[in-house]
Amino acid sequence: MNSIMLMLSDANTQWVLVGTLLLGLASGVLGSFALLRKQSLIGDAVAHAALPGICIAFLLTGERSLIVLLIGATITGLLSAYCIQYIVSSTIIKEDTAICLILSVFFGFGIVLLTKVQQLPSGNKSGLDAFIFGQAASIVGSDVKVMAGAAAILVFITAILFKEFKVITFDPEFAKGLGLPIGFLNFLFISLLVGVVVVGIQAVGVILMAALLITPAIAARYWTNSLSKMIVISGMFGAFSGVVGTMISALGQGLPTGPFIVVTATAIFVISMLFAPERGIIAKKIKQKIYYKQLNEAGTKGRVS
Amino acid sequence: MLNPVDVKNLTVAYQKKAVLKNVTFTVPEGKLIGIIGPNGAGKSTLIKAVLGLIPKASGEVKIYNKKYRAKDRIVGYVPQRGSVDWDFPTSALDVVLMGRYGHVGWFKRPSKQDNQIARECLEKVGMEGYADRQISQLSGGQQQRVFLARALAQDAKVYFMDEPFVGVDAATERAIIDLLNELKSQGKTVLVVHHDLQTVKDYFDDCLLLNVETIASGPTEQVFTMENLHQTYGGKLAFLEQGKMMVEQK
Repeated sequence: MNSIMLMLSDANTQWVLVGTLLLGLASGVLGSFALLRKQSLIGDAVAHAALPGICIAFLLTGERSLIVLLIGATITGLLSAYCIQYIVSSTIIKEDTAICLILSVFFGFGIVLLTKVQQLPSGNKSGLDAFIFGQAASIVGSDVKVMAGAAAILVFITAILFKEFKVITFDPEFAKGLGLPIGFLNFLFISLLVGVVVVGIQAVGVILMAALLITPAIAARYWTNSLSKMIVISGMFGAFSGVVGTMISALGQGLPTGPFIVVTATAIFVISMLFAPERGIIAKKIKQKIYYKQLNEAGTKGRVS
Repeated sequence: MLNPVDVKNLTVAYQKKAVLKNVTFTVPEGKLIGIIGPNGAGKSTLIKAVLGLIPKASGEVKIYNKKYRAKDRIVGYVPQRGSVDWDFPTSALDVVLMGRYGHVGWFKRPSKQDNQIARECLEKVGMEGYADRQISQLSGGQQQRVFLARALAQDAKVYFMDEPFVGVDAATERAIIDLLNELKSQGKTVLVVHHDLQTVKDYFDDCLLLNVETIASGPTEQVFTMENLHQTYGGKLAFLEQGKMMVEQK
């Protein structure tokens, strides 16, 4: 308990907590749409594809400035999303195959580049491999400002375009019939998705980022049948996972943050799946038991209601 | 007089295969029009091409003598029910409200008045008791009615409906046809992709018989003939036998 208090009083830890909180919130919000658009795996591909971008940005500039690395990650992330959509729309290859192909190619290339970076003689390359599993401890005050600003912009855009995103997610053809610019809105959504993934990789890492996008969203789906409520709940689950995961990892030395954030999110998911009213497994079982019992009782009395 | 829908030489192709070839027809105002043809005739494609949902290779589409623009909001659309995921977290009322989004405009939330209109539209399809129901808990016929209510909420002058009668029970079919007649009495024009040849003569004032090309279009009693059906459905014998009975029956 003492160690937690000590940790919380540390200025850097406070920064990191603010960062992961906002990150969890943004990924919970965008993850809800990604889940409903059946684009969960695109988030995964984009996250993996960020790695080569980070390495290229580092190799070109030779500095470990977060903004520069994130710009690199954004470019390769967007490129991977574009490649997937191009393959799906212009060949007979299905989306799952296209995602698998692009994810492995980009990530493989990223690992090759990372190996190259680590063989460089220069001294300031340290910590680049932290992008694989995430290292929130490496986040400093200036990084948090970047993360917080980006996360706030992402959530804000999603909030003002809530209605438009809702209708293009539920029924894109009808949305087009309403005169909405579907192509632009799809591109904007993918860009926001790339944005949140890129912002998150320093804390969560490229491998597990997709889990932070999707797990809070799927957990939130258990608690409500309303999209707006689902997004709010998902954002809260994401924020909670970010904070708890960061605190656990800060308790030990050099523990990666990503896995703890994801484990926390998964715990929330399991609780939701089991105990949520209405949609939860236990609630469903109980309801069915009660119904069968009523049927049986009605049966023995010789009538069926 | 202005024709609500005027299509000239419309051609749509996927890769090298023409799905619609030189389709030409006009539709008079205030009528119910059936779009009839076998599977693969391009009925849904026709609607989508007219609404600009898919690109056309050539041809011209005019709605009330003007090039169609979705933002003019004079066209309402009812897609096939199977085209969306009904487990989406939303209520029946919310889906109907989507029909108002074109009126609401960017960034804004639907107003109280929009909510009121959406409720009235649900009432018109007999679904007022289901406004807050999660859409996955509705039956197929109820889902179809929600789609119709959403199109009503668009408050359009011309409606395109893609197979609204597929997979619904007799009560819903009756409710839908009553609604179509009410729209007609308000001077609206409704084009319906339809499969059941038996009801064509009862339901539709006009018909468009389609099989990649226009086979015939005009008043139902003139174009819904054995000869035209023969041409539309080609060598499909079972259909033809049935068709013969239906034509003679009237």
